[in-house]
Amino acid sequence: MRFLFRPPAANATGLLSLPWDQPLEKWDPALLLEVPQRGISRHVVRFVANGGHVFALKEINERLARHEYALLGEFEEEGLPTVSVLGICVDRPGDQEAILVTRYLEYSMSYRWLFSSPRGEHSAEQLLDTLVELLVRLHLAGVFWGDCSLSNTLFRPDAGALTAYLVDAETVERYPTLSPGQRAYDVDLARERMGAEMLDLRCGGLLPDDIDPIEIADSLPRRYEALWEEVTHEEVFGVEEQQYRMTERLQRLNDLGFDVDEVELITSPKGARLRVRTRVAEPGQHRREVFRLTGLEVQERQARRLLNDIRAFRAWLEQKSGGPVPESFVAHRWLSEVYQPVVDAIPPDLAGRLAPAEVFHEVLEHRWFLSEQAHRDVGTAEAAESYFATVLPKTPKEVTTPSMMTGLVGDD
Amino acid sequence: MASIEMKHIVKQYGDGFPAVNDVSLDIAEGEFMILVGPSGCGKSTLLRMIVGLEDITSGDMIIGGKRMNDLAPRDRNLSMVFQNYALYPHMTVFENIAFPLRLSKTPDDEVRRRVTEASDVLELGEHLDRKPANLSGGQRQRVAMGRAIVRQAEAFLFDEPLSNLDAKLRGQMRTEISRLQRRLGITTVYVTHDQTEAMTLGDRVCVLRKGKIQQVASPRELYEQPVNLFVAGFIGSPPMNFLPATPEGNRLKTPFGDIELDERRAAALGGRDLVLVGIRPEYFEDASLVDEPKRSLGSIFRARVDVTEWLGDSQFAYIPYEAPEAVTAQLRELARELDSEELRTQAIVSIDSTSRIREGQEAEFWLDSRKIHVFDPQSGENLTRDAEAGAELTRMATQDRVEQVEESKARQGGATAVGAA
Repeated sequence: MRFLFRPPAANATGLLSLPWDQPLEKWDPALLLEVPQRGISRHVVRFVANGGHVFALKEINERLARHEYALLGEFEEEGLPTVSVLGICVDRPGDQEAILVTRYLEYSMSYRWLFSSPRGEHSAEQLLDTLVELLVRLHLAGVFWGDCSLSNTLFRPDAGALTAYLVDAETVERYPTLSPGQRAYDVDLARERMGAEMLDLRCGGLLPDDIDPIEIADSLPRRYEALWEEVTHEEVFGVEEQQYRMTERLQRLNDLGFDVDEVELITSPKGARLRVRTRVAEPGQHRREVFRLTGLEVQERQARRLLNDIRAFRAWLEQKSGGPVPESFVAHRWLSEVYQPVVDAIPPDLAGRLAPAEVFHEVLEHRWFLSEQAHRDVGTAEAAESYFATVLPKTPKEVTTPSMMTGLVGDD
Repeated sequence: MASIEMKHIVKQYGDGFPAVNDVSLDIAEGEFMILVGPSGCGKSTLLRMIVGLEDITSGDMIIGGKRMNDLAPRDRNLSMVFQNYALYPHMTVFENIAFPLRLSKTPDDEVRRRVTEASDVLELGEHLDRKPANLSGGQRQRVAMGRAIVRQAEAFLFDEPLSNLDAKLRGQMRTEISRLQRRLGITTVYVTHDQTEAMTLGDRVCVLRKGKIQQVASPRELYEQPVNLFVAGFIGSPPMNFLPATPEGNRLKTPFGDIELDERRAAALGGRDLVLVGIRPEYFEDASLVDEPKRSLGSIFRARVDVTEWLGDSQFAYIPYEAPEAVTAQLRELARELDSEELRTQAIVSIDSTSRIREGQEAEFWLDSRKIHVFDPQSGENLTRDAEAGAELTRMATQDRVEQVEESKARQGGATAVGAA
């Protein structure tokens, strides 16, 4: 047998002692982690925990495994929203298929859960738009998915919205750019897969009655086209309006969750032509900022939320001290006096259902909601207490991120 | 169901590289056409141009009499079969087949009619109410085919559909696809790099090399009358043996002795002083097992056997031979292009399973000289190809197909009449 691992894989060396020579289906359940609410897979998929992390193991034809391993590695380096690949195991005895090992995407949720969620705040439209955004991002990067579906996507709550990740690259083909035919075909497939997945949920009694699978699926190509047009179209305008038109366009792209890689402005006496090259990587400006200030790894919208809160905290500190307070000092105090107390207060039996930054975001939302009702600022501590008692328990235990279920992760 | 006509199709990429170079190919209504060749030959690019995934640089893509060059994939009404199919666990097998029709809001009775017809063809009728979890591997694949059938596409397209299946399921599916295509009589284009798949499935096979068509013919014509060294080497397993030879009058001097040619073939050599003789493994036999009347139709030679492989119904013997450097270089290049293992200068010959020829011993072999071909070592051209005999083989295959399509039409007509009654 042969193992190919991508560094850093130090935390995965313990995986080597697993019974790789056995078919995944025959592995002792004691070695495995039960992860509920996954999508539909054509392959045998199992989960294991090791060294504080959870890994997904998929049995698959060696050619496909190597292909997927190479592509996922490439995507990760480029910052595309995909799961992170750890390695493959090939040359297993008895002509068995290869095993592809990916890192489990912590705090992610499958569409099955999102649709049947009693919380109901993620509408079908929101899910669809998130998927469409992922598809546009991949297409901009020259990635033909070939199997875009809800099952092959995982969703992470991100400050009330969702962020989508590609989890299956078996059928992916990479090109310098995609032809309109390739994009159209990928969108057709996505429409059909998504429609079928929702029909399937309906057959299983898991789809809310007010969602019409056919209508939702049919709206996918339209939404895709609108977003694609928005992020790629060339604009022509008069020279005198170029400054504000450019600012407007960049702002619009940022609002849609895209960053701009390069702007090309060609002027002639008749006017200016603006061409933007949209960055395909996950937007990361705010995440990087939060990481620099606090060491926290969070998602982009969550980061924006935290930065706003840090800014408000700074204003309050400066008002109190009557002078400027350095940013790093503010961030440090915010972390220990505002953020950490909320995270530490999560009751142990509710821990791991949502990422800490998402809990913090929801507590802030809840505080706003309570304050409006009470016509006074209730404060974060009170809001957190109420939130833990009334809101967080509505996120069911099944979505608890697997590393927390096994007690692998501390309360960081 | 429709015909597919390609006229001077070119696909050139940004760097000017022609992945497909002036391909003209007519695929008849109901025909099963295979596109085959080693990697990089352009077969997948050609299929993607039919589907609409690749822009066509120049030429015409005509499907069902209409030019399709600028149409989006879904407007071409073609069906890529089993591409990454998924089975939906809460839906019955019926709904798993029907959902493309549900999504296009087809009326219920029409859905029922089409799914019932498809499941009859696929012999899934008794499973329609079950959940897919209870189906076998082969049945799951048939559900995927069912989805393609109910769409009533103009043609089925397959892009190396079996390459990810295990050997057992692969064989099973090959039979299924062949049977299904015959029963439905639907125009089918099938891409593969596997010559065995090509030979067993297609009505006609289009062999591509570096973006250009080498030969389009029935499997038998490709096998018996290949146009050049490339096709001759690609089709057949184990591959055709190529021996260096020097013509002398009506005889060829080869490492396996002299071979006598008939006048037509001798005349075709056109005064060349070095040629390659192509001999398929089964044109050899253990000389001691050949009857007297047959012996005179070929030549006898003695050679030392390096290795034998006994297969039960026959056996292979490996016979090394000497060849000039120019020839070995040429053969090495051919092997590289065919993605095959490096051709060593040894012949693989098929002999009767009862033969007592043993490894390391010298033995007497008989060679059927009626069926050999002679190739130009530079151009690769088959100098002795009998075009008329080849065309006759393909005509016969076409006739078989037309009859089968008519039978299937008659059957379907009958089924519809019953359904309407």
